[in-house]
Amino acid sequence: MTTSENPGSIRRSASRAPFRPFRNLSAKFAAIPMILTALVVFVGGTLWTVVYSFTNSRLLPKADWVGFKQYDRLWGTRRWQVSIENLMIFGVCSLVLSLIIGFLLAALLDQKIRFEDTFRTIFLYPFAMSFIVTGLAWQWILNPSLGVQNVVRNLGWESFVFDPLNTSSIAIYGILIAALWQGTGFIMCLMLAGLRGIDEDIWKAARVDGIPTWKTYVFIVIPMMRPVFITTLVIIAAGIVKVYDLVVAQTSGGPGIASEVPAKYVYEKMFQSQNLAQGFAASTMMLLAVLIVLIPWAYLEFGGKRRG
Amino acid sequence: MADTSTARDPNGPKPKRLLSRRNIFLYGTLGLIACYYALPLYVMIVTSLKGMPEIRLGNIFSPPVEVTFQPWVKAWAEACTGLNCDGLSRGFLNSVIITVPSVLLSIAIASVNGYALANWRFKGANVFFTILIFGAFIPYQVMIYPLVIILRELGLYSSLWGLVLVHTIFGMPILTLLFRNYFTSLPEELFKAARVDGAGFWGIFLKIMLPMSVPIFVVAVILQITGIWNDFLFGVIYTKPANYPMTVQLNNIVNSVQGVKEYNVNMAATIITALVPLTVYFVSGRLFVRGIAAGAVKG
Repeated sequence: MTTSENPGSIRRSASRAPFRPFRNLSAKFAAIPMILTALVVFVGGTLWTVVYSFTNSRLLPKADWVGFKQYDRLWGTRRWQVSIENLMIFGVCSLVLSLIIGFLLAALLDQKIRFEDTFRTIFLYPFAMSFIVTGLAWQWILNPSLGVQNVVRNLGWESFVFDPLNTSSIAIYGILIAALWQGTGFIMCLMLAGLRGIDEDIWKAARVDGIPTWKTYVFIVIPMMRPVFITTLVIIAAGIVKVYDLVVAQTSGGPGIASEVPAKYVYEKMFQSQNLAQGFAASTMMLLAVLIVLIPWAYLEFGGKRRG
Repeated sequence: MADTSTARDPNGPKPKRLLSRRNIFLYGTLGLIACYYALPLYVMIVTSLKGMPEIRLGNIFSPPVEVTFQPWVKAWAEACTGLNCDGLSRGFLNSVIITVPSVLLSIAIASVNGYALANWRFKGANVFFTILIFGAFIPYQVMIYPLVIILRELGLYSSLWGLVLVHTIFGMPILTLLFRNYFTSLPEELFKAARVDGAGFWGIFLKIMLPMSVPIFVVAVILQITGIWNDFLFGVIYTKPANYPMTVQLNNIVNSVQGVKEYNVNMAATIITALVPLTVYFVSGRLFVRGIAAGAVKG
């Protein structure tokens, strides 16, 4: 009965032929918000921004074409250069450290321990808080005269210096500390899901062969978790490019322009200094950065196993 | 505990012999890391309960000698942003007014989308879906200004409903993915049986799919409440100062340059802002994890 149902139902609907377009209409009607969002906002909006980055728009967008002038100006601006440098430092550090910390935490939690839920709740709670809250909390902890630096000095180490948020050369690392605290719990969860997806027999086989645990992780489990790592990498990378709130809350880009990031540059050019096209050019560069990560990933992820 | 031990009995490196040494190391490490993660929340709470003189003299890690709730009262009702001195209560109210309709609308739309994609595939549906998923990774900065124009044309710019629409749009990729995956996992026979009985698109959705998908709706609600409550960028761009959500107001209070910094009030305000998502998180537990991991791992 069940085997012949599928082709049968299609044939049978021949008698209900007028019903079919109506059925499709219903689904299409329901999908209108999705289609509009995809086409108008995501595709349309992105293209619009890219196109208008070649204009000389200031307070309002206008089609006054100037070629690559905005991009020339962008890359000649010290503030943008600093933003990109910061993004690179922040990006590389937070990618590497989040993956390492996230994986180690997940591996620790995967040892059949007691109170796993309690530990996980503690590691993940920062992720429920906004970047603004995270930034303000760490701004307070890193406060030079009352925070950690002060506590250590009061313990007797008078010359101790730890004031990243007010030191130009390391301000971005102060932001990194807060970002890692906020986000590593999430990476841990993704990794834990990956570890739990590894077949139990693999572990048994490795144990039978007398392979030490750490070797099993490095040479067997991690290579098997490649898809999880890649997906996590893409998620982290997309998040890194967007980093904005955290910087606003912790340093507002300071001291000076030492902790500026691209997203902040875009916002300020668009909404504060009435230099729209400059903001468009900067955001187009951000898009480009994301595409460099995204396209190879999409190719790997969907290129091979797309079903027809 | 219960469901972790079911499928994985013989695991862990040689449990019996190394038990005590291994456990000391394991729980010691985990305990230390847990302390590090818990510390900022502890510091925030402790600071918010101290008076300013005690903060200036003392250690940020020490518990308050004299507990005072004055900073909380001040943060809620008196703290100033610009000319308004009615505290965070205004931002709280704004955030509620923004979050509730945004959560409802975005989930209503995304669930129908997911359902259409899972059960009523029409030609081209997957193209739109792929665009949508790609959209989740595109930096918002590229789409911000076109949306300003769209909202202005619709007459919604800097209004509450404009922001609701923005949250609905940017919540759509992840939510649609969540619902699509869930509806795909439901037994197809159910859907077929309902169709044989003559139920249509909306009939099946309302009478069969909805009652079966309460868990995924809970996950979606958790995801959206946390996400929208914590939003800062859209709040700044698409609303006017009178409607600023809590996060924006909090940042304005704490990072304002005028006046003496009152760290205890600032920390009280910070905790109050984090209270809603934290409550959601601690109450929902595993469902929260499921929500954030849902779209991510399945790829």
